[in-house]
Amino acid sequence: MTEEIVASFDYQIEKDDFKIAGSASSHIKKILKQLGLPNPLVRRASIIAYELEINLVIHTVGGAMHLEVHPNCVVISTEDMGPGIEDVDQAMTEGYSTANDTAREMGFGAGMGLPNIRRCSDEFSIRSTFGTGTWIRSEIHVG
Amino acid sequence: MKVSEMLVRAELKQVAGESGNGNEIQGVYIGDLLSLVMSRALEGNLWITIQAHENIVAVASLVDVSAIVVAEGIHVEVDTIAKANELDIPIFESKASAFELSKTMIELGIQ
Repeated sequence: MTEEIVASFDYQIEKDDFKIAGSASSHIKKILKQLGLPNPLVRRASIIAYELEINLVIHTVGGAMHLEVHPNCVVISTEDMGPGIEDVDQAMTEGYSTANDTAREMGFGAGMGLPNIRRCSDEFSIRSTFGTGTWIRSEIHVG
Repeated sequence: MKVSEMLVRAELKQVAGESGNGNEIQGVYIGDLLSLVMSRALEGNLWITIQAHENIVAVASLVDVSAIVVAEGIHVEVDTIAKANELDIPIFESKASAFELSKTMIELGIQ
């Protein structure tokens, strides 16, 4: 990853705010399209951003999402203020979800979020401390 | 086939996003789990679902589906309509099931 930053944006995501969930992801998609990045990359970044955003809404007390575009990669990361993931390996398993009934009725909580993010990323890392919070970083290579 | 042609031939009720009626429909995706829709729906797909809340518009916009059909007589929420108008995503209501709707789309030549 080079140090040069082409674009950088921060988004605050609120807990349980389903009404505006997706707004940050839509903005990220718009920025990447404006920068002329190829459609398959924009699609992968959109999926990553949306799943990260929804995770903050459903599973955390709120947090921040950050977009950083470099000449050779796009990095989307999130940091929340809790509650953290008790078992990260389990959370990374397709189909496993701790979403509540309200979220499930809305079509969320399929247990696909983190696996989708990892699948769409060229580099993926997650750190979580139960009781404190979670940090996720997803990188897509350009070209 | 354009959304505008499909809506006349399939006799659907449009509730939002008329400005997106020039979108070209390529194939159909049926699904109610948003993560699956995000990862499996293809650009240009007509998306058939029973979800009617505002977030379907964000999903549709992010994966560039051509239009949404809300099946089984479920009414689309007012906030969803407003958001879809803002983002030019055509939304239709139908009393038909997803199965019946997909038969109609195949009869129209959308595959």
